Amino acid sequence: MILNDLLQIKDQERAARKKTTLRCCMAAGCMSSDSKGVKEQLEKAVADAGLQDTVEVRGVGCMKLCCEGPLVQADPQNALYIKVTSENAPSIIAALKGGKAEAAQTDPDAAFFKKQLSIVLANSGVVDPDRIESYIALDGYQALHEVLHEMTPKDVVDTMVNSGLRGRGGAGFPTGLKWGTVAKSPGAKKYVICNADEGDPGAFMDRSVLESDPHAVLEGMAIAAYAVGADQGFIYVRAEYPLAITRLQTAIKQAKQLGVLGSGIFESPFNFTIDIRIGAGAFVCGEETALMASVEGKRGTPRPRPPFPAESGLFGCPTLINNVETFANVPAIYRNGAEWFAGIGTEKSKGTKVFALAGKIKNTGLIEVPMGTPLRTIVEEMGGGAPGGAKIKAVQTGGPSGGCIPSQHLDTPVDYESLGKLGSIMGSGGMIVMDESTRMVDVARFFMEFCMDESCGKCIPCRAGTVQMHNLLEKILDRRATPRDLLKLEELCDMVKNTSLCGLGQTAPNPTLSTLRFFRNEYEELLQPEAHGPKGNGEAKKQTLTT
Amino acid sequence: MAAKTLTIDGKQISAEEGATVLQAADEAGVKIPTLCHLDGVYDVGACRLCLVEIAGVPKLLPACTTQVAEGMVIHTDSERLRKYRRMTLELLFAERNHVCAVCVANGHCELQSLAYNQGMDHVRYEYNFPKWSVDNTHRLFGMDHNRCILCTRCVRVCWHIEGAGTKNVAGRGGKAHIISDLNMSWGQSYSCTECGKCVQACPTGALFHKGSTAAEMERDRTRLEFLVTAREKKQWITGEE
Repeated sequence: MILNDLLQIKDQERAARKKTTLRCCMAAGCMSSDSKGVKEQLEKAVADAGLQDTVEVRGVGCMKLCCEGPLVQADPQNALYIKVTSENAPSIIAALKGGKAEAAQTDPDAAFFKKQLSIVLANSGVVDPDRIESYIALDGYQALHEVLHEMTPKDVVDTMVNSGLRGRGGAGFPTGLKWGTVAKSPGAKKYVICNADEGDPGAFMDRSVLESDPHAVLEGMAIAAYAVGADQGFIYVRAEYPLAITRLQTAIKQAKQLGVLGSGIFESPFNFTIDIRIGAGAFVCGEETALMASVEGKRGTPRPRPPFPAESGLFGCPTLINNVETFANVPAIYRNGAEWFAGIGTEKSKGTKVFALAGKIKNTGLIEVPMGTPLRTIVEEMGGGAPGGAKIKAVQTGGPSGGCIPSQHLDTPVDYESLGKLGSIMGSGGMIVMDESTRMVDVARFFMEFCMDESCGKCIPCRAGTVQMHNLLEKILDRRATPRDLLKLEELCDMVKNTSLCGLGQTAPNPTLSTLRFFRNEYEELLQPEAHGPKGNGEAKKQTLTT
Repeated sequence: MAAKTLTIDGKQISAEEGATVLQAADEAGVKIPTLCHLDGVYDVGACRLCLVEIAGVPKLLPACTTQVAEGMVIHTDSERLRKYRRMTLELLFAERNHVCAVCVANGHCELQSLAYNQGMDHVRYEYNFPKWSVDNTHRLFGMDHNRCILCTRCVRVCWHIEGAGTKNVAGRGGKAHIISDLNMSWGQSYSCTECGKCVQACPTGALFHKGSTAAEMERDRTRLEFLVTAREKKQWITGEE
């Protein structure tokens, strides 16, 4: 495979385009409401109408407005059909010939779509994830070619540093710095791992990216591997994502066949293969050291850092671990340049962020917005507010590691620092909207239960501490708790946060701490007076409830 | 090997490069409480009792897995650390069914002595009172899950020192527990060599010799040391010789 071959595929694919395209969502959300049947009926109707030469029915990835699925978009008519069924699908073909479509439509130029800026999701809903040619037609794998032939690994790392991209897994570690560290770590064997063990309740960004545009992730990983000097990659994806796994397998197979993965990629000395490892359902395996243990075939438990994976990771070799969305950003950065990317977003948070908008909100689905977009824009303009005009109470970001941002802070721009200041985190991109009917102590209890169940059991604070914190939250909800119990809860939050071994335990108290910070009255309303005089150890007596 | 100088609790000490903070402190006579650490077996940093404060590092780090560095300033006994250690012990006592009075290890138990010297005189958390079984199927040894604190010392000696790989951990979180082979009863285990190292390694009365009764258990750690010395120094001698 040389550049000309790639460009030839691109030209052929573009030349084969038909006058009208019907894009039918084939991601997990829409497929669960029979988009496969819709696509079949569309294809049948096209054949029946004899329109095969002018109309293409293309199965594509996520088209973002998941709550209205199955979605079908007709171009160049710019008509977006919602909740399409296999019964009313043929009417869409009739509408192309001037008839009337029975399927409902929505405005593809509504704020939900227009306020988005797509980098990671640029190909999502456009390319056919099962065909590498479809990705190549949109300049796919050109960045990899350029990187391999015109840049040294150091240039590649420098470009990443200049782009200002930060890890999209949640913590926001500068990606370029991580690449540079792995590149500089001595060792003949290095690995690149893509963390696709997305486990936060309510988060489905990474799943959608893998289902919609798997080649972008593969290309990103290959570029990263060249930069750090790795020749083997792993994608660690959870078993609960069967469609994503199938699409990845297809994508890897096609990439190998075309020679954009494997040995001597693009006639260069660079070799890189990618294998898939499937997670067995443990949330903690999203933690990088537990993930590596799992890839090695061991029990998925974290280990203390340092040494960091960049220095001693998989099988003791220097290892680069980035999340799906981070890798999906990579090809665009090398296609358009670091300056272009650094020009988007805020001073310290560059680029865009994908969020899975869910909860008490009208438009649920995927959104990608530039960093710095105020939460209000996302929730009110794009999300359309709470259904039935209910008042929004809080927005939860960061899943079980994050916090609740109350409505008075809705003007907060979405970036790593601002969310951190409010006691939440950017997280991997779950965004759950809550209205006035949500009890915040319930929310705290839900996430604590999640952490308790998902704790691996290795370190004592997380294993036993989450159980006790969960007990105390239940006690509060049952109206059996006293002010002293609340004090105990806060003390445990502080202790578990500071003493746990890995991120799971260290962040498990966050939902409780943040709801205590902004909704303390909801806890206090449930408390009972102390039955007896002060008891307990000296410390408890000294402290006051207002701390 | 290069030496590093550092300060532990205001005391200036020197340590070999590559040594852990725990080793350095031990050499300097500073006692840091530990529970999952066992001399001669690799460390996992799981019990969090040896957490120390290191100037310039925002997080608390386990002394057993943190290597010394030049100019490190370490505090091992601050008010905050003492409080966290007491809480960790309280959590352990509330987690399973630790009843010292009827335990084989009474008076010879690391958990018990730690509670004494850390000043943990009562437990403020609700006891979980979980239902755990006792595995008495082995010819020589017994395992009482009620007394297990999941330090995984038995797992590590079984794999690392004996090389049998009988013991392992199954389950997650509060349901995590020690198993033999593929979660079969210990008596049925094919791989167990009956070496008894796990019993010697156990800090509590979870693993015991059959036939011993309350407070009778005394461990012979020199048996472990003997093998570790043999492996590391290629000499068949015990510590005392």
